[in-house]
Amino acid sequence: MTIFLTIAVIALIFIVIFQIAKASEYVSLLKGEDVSRKQNNKINGFLMVVFLVLGLFGVWYCNKLLFGKTLLAHDAASVEGARVDSMLWITLAVTGIVFIATQIILFWFSYKYQEKENRRVFYFPHDNKLEALWTIVPAIVLTVLVIIGLRNWFLFTGEPPKDAMVVEVTGKQFGWIFRYPGKDGAFGKKYFKNIDPATNTLGMIWEDQLGHDDVVTEQTMYLVKGKPVKLIIGSRDVIHDVGLSQFRLKMDAVPGIPTTMWFTPKYTTKEMKEITNNPNFVYEISCDQMCGNGHYSMKGVIEVIDQEEFDVWQAKQKPQYLVTFPDKDPSNAKPADTVKLATKPSEAAIKTVAKL
Amino acid sequence: MSNEAVLHAHSGAATHEGHGDHHEHHHHETFISKYVFSQDHKMIAKQFLITGMVWAVLGGLMSVIFRLQLGYPDATFPWLEDILGKWAKGGHITPEAYYALVTTHGTVLVFFVLTAGLSGTFANFLIPLQVGARDMASPFMNMLSYWFFFAASIVMLSSIFVETGPFSGGWTAYPPLSALGDASPGSKTGMDLWLVSMALFVVSSLLGGLNYIATILNMRTKGMSMTRLPLTIWALFFTAVLGVLSFPVLFSGFILLIFDRNFGTSFYLSDIFVNGVGALPNEGGSAILYQHLFWFLGHPEVYIILLPAMGMVSEIMSVNARKPIFGYMAMIGSLFAIAILAFLVWAHHMFVTGLNPFLGSVFVLLTLLIAVPSAIKVFNWLTTLWRGNIRFTPGMMFAIGFVSLFISGGLTGIWLGNSALDIHLHDTYFVIAHFHIVMGVASMFGMFAGIYHWFPKMYGKYLNNTMGYIHFWVTIAGAYMIFWPMHYEGLAGMPRRYYDYSIWESFKQFVELNRFISTVAMIVFAVQLLFLFNFFYSIFKGRKVTSLNPWSSNTLEWTTPLRPGHGNWPGEIPEVHRWPYDYGKDGQDFIPQTTPVGEDESHH
Repeated sequence: MTIFLTIAVIALIFIVIFQIAKASEYVSLLKGEDVSRKQNNKINGFLMVVFLVLGLFGVWYCNKLLFGKTLLAHDAASVEGARVDSMLWITLAVTGIVFIATQIILFWFSYKYQEKENRRVFYFPHDNKLEALWTIVPAIVLTVLVIIGLRNWFLFTGEPPKDAMVVEVTGKQFGWIFRYPGKDGAFGKKYFKNIDPATNTLGMIWEDQLGHDDVVTEQTMYLVKGKPVKLIIGSRDVIHDVGLSQFRLKMDAVPGIPTTMWFTPKYTTKEMKEITNNPNFVYEISCDQMCGNGHYSMKGVIEVIDQEEFDVWQAKQKPQYLVTFPDKDPSNAKPADTVKLATKPSEAAIKTVAKL
Repeated sequence: MSNEAVLHAHSGAATHEGHGDHHEHHHHETFISKYVFSQDHKMIAKQFLITGMVWAVLGGLMSVIFRLQLGYPDATFPWLEDILGKWAKGGHITPEAYYALVTTHGTVLVFFVLTAGLSGTFANFLIPLQVGARDMASPFMNMLSYWFFFAASIVMLSSIFVETGPFSGGWTAYPPLSALGDASPGSKTGMDLWLVSMALFVVSSLLGGLNYIATILNMRTKGMSMTRLPLTIWALFFTAVLGVLSFPVLFSGFILLIFDRNFGTSFYLSDIFVNGVGALPNEGGSAILYQHLFWFLGHPEVYIILLPAMGMVSEIMSVNARKPIFGYMAMIGSLFAIAILAFLVWAHHMFVTGLNPFLGSVFVLLTLLIAVPSAIKVFNWLTTLWRGNIRFTPGMMFAIGFVSLFISGGLTGIWLGNSALDIHLHDTYFVIAHFHIVMGVASMFGMFAGIYHWFPKMYGKYLNNTMGYIHFWVTIAGAYMIFWPMHYEGLAGMPRRYYDYSIWESFKQFVELNRFISTVAMIVFAVQLLFLFNFFYSIFKGRKVTSLNPWSSNTLEWTTPLRPGHGNWPGEIPEVHRWPYDYGKDGQDFIPQTTPVGEDESHH
């Protein structure tokens, strides 16, 4: 019912506007086209200034309302993100000044130079000096912005510090898988045809000894405050994107082509809860590349903790190799019932290896 | 010269020397040959325009429906189920439907409305009229161009009714998502139809583009040197060149995608394991290759959309400021620079794909270079207004609105073009705000400006002014209210193409804002319907145009009869003696291009 009422109301408004428009056209014909054009001109010239003033007020008001809800309201959560922020402020200053100046000029000129009875226009087809001025000045300003930008760009995309920890991130429809290299600091090889959703989500090649201590987790990635981390990013199916808004970085996850990104977390999750004044705060990994119908729900979580907490967490993790082959696990050798339970998936895993 | 004088001069010419041309007297016109399979560039322009309008309404309606989801995620709309059936079970659109709507909205608006509807319309309408030609170089090819577009439209439309739904992987159609039906139902039959439709569209735009270039280069009337062309024609010329050089690359990208989808090749596919299907046999392909091919068109495409709007705005602004466009040569130069740079910046859409950082830095430099010709254009427009005598016709209002939007949207391009910022803002609402303002709304404004300005030439009637002013003010205020706050959502890191934000701690704070945006979007959409009503009503019942040159303009199209037939000028095509921007020269309000240069005229 409401829908019909809404349509009726809209139709009514349309009819009213149409009738007014029609009537004003007749009136203007009676008054003479010239007179009515001049009248319209005055009204619209005036509205130009009104729009300018209301528009600038709107810009201010919008900022007042929404600034607190953006990431800029508090510090970036990574050392590199802070550089993004400072660059963002510089860019905002430059473009903001140009924006306000040109919009004022545009609407002010429109108002000021509206048609007047005895104004003679200034025949001004070109002026080389002026044109050179607004070629060179933007070029110089842009050069400065490019230099700042590229210095940051090469830092972000360059080699991470030597002491960086490494985590492998793999996207799939619709979630994230994380792999830590274990004590040996190296990842075992993997091959996508080994993937088995039940037993081997990453397709690891179990013959590779390097992979035997790799730890695989889903949903939550644990990082250490103040310790640079290098992410090796890949995808199992379509293109995804590791979006880390609080760290101000993102990188695509492309099947078949590993990408990398590194950063240094500055605050633990706990600290961020205080900084943002939000007890529910979590670092979220958002998928930022359209990846299918579940794209909007492809969420991961990053828990940034202290080194001690991390060591405790790490000690508790069981390498994926031992999870898959519990019979190889020394701590699991005794109880017979767990072995029984685990035979099924491990047989499947051996089969996939055999297929290779 | 007064309009009457022009009129008399021509009827005189027609009686004395009109026998050189037999165009409009000879062929017998039936309904089919006049309105359907017409070879008259003016009719083809109207066909493009009206088809574009149909798509604009459909595409706009799609955005209203998905904005309902974003603005009112918890509400149910039973009528949606009546329209969409299983796509809106219980009055709530499904994620599948949401993504299909977003994708089709993007594809349709970019290609069908702002490419075919904009440059298809005005290139067809204005090129022969403003360069002084009877028709396009090949009227038949021109007709084919429209009908290929029509066929593309039909195929695209049919994809909406497919069982598995239309394509839903975003208008950029990145593989592997677009290549694998098992990864997304929209990538099944819907994607095949999408590709066929786009292929037909590429053919249409190539046929059109080659024709525009040939006409501009070869068929200018006597005296119409390249530097006497109106800026509209220059802009349309560069647009056509961009299209002809870049659409084939897109086409090649699509061909490879068709091969990967249907014939088991691995151009884009490698190392893929699809849930529920298993590992695919493909190895060795590169998903990034597609992005290079796509954006090699994709970036010039935004200028294909924007340049015609720039050209029309330059022309309309000069006419209504009663003052020459400032820096005519600089305007051409900057168009040229933009056209060249358009081909050298495509990878700025790919900064976060793992692109080689050095390559990325080259693209940063070239991308920010575009700001220089853009700045030249803006300052030249501002200077054109300075000390003018501005008439606020609805066309002029939209031209001024275009400049405002172009500034607002262009400046955020400086943010996004700088890779170190893009790495933060990429694929967030900041990008949505940026390209909707600078490419979407600004180009729509250019198109509206063109329609209001040339409607008298198209139909011999005026559009209703009052409705025009209401249309303008609501649209510009609404456009800012919709897209300005989106910058803030982007600065909160809010990703685009999300169906629902409520599960995200980082992005769920914008519920009210999204409702506000959706509400404004609906109002703005309703006002566009008002414009459409104005358009069709005025064709039949609008105020009649009585003078040949209602805007006191210099260009050639206003020397034709009120309702020019096929062939445009009944007699000889007028000769051109000067550039088109002699407004306010030597105290004269305007001097048409057909007026010979007087002996005592001042030189500039």
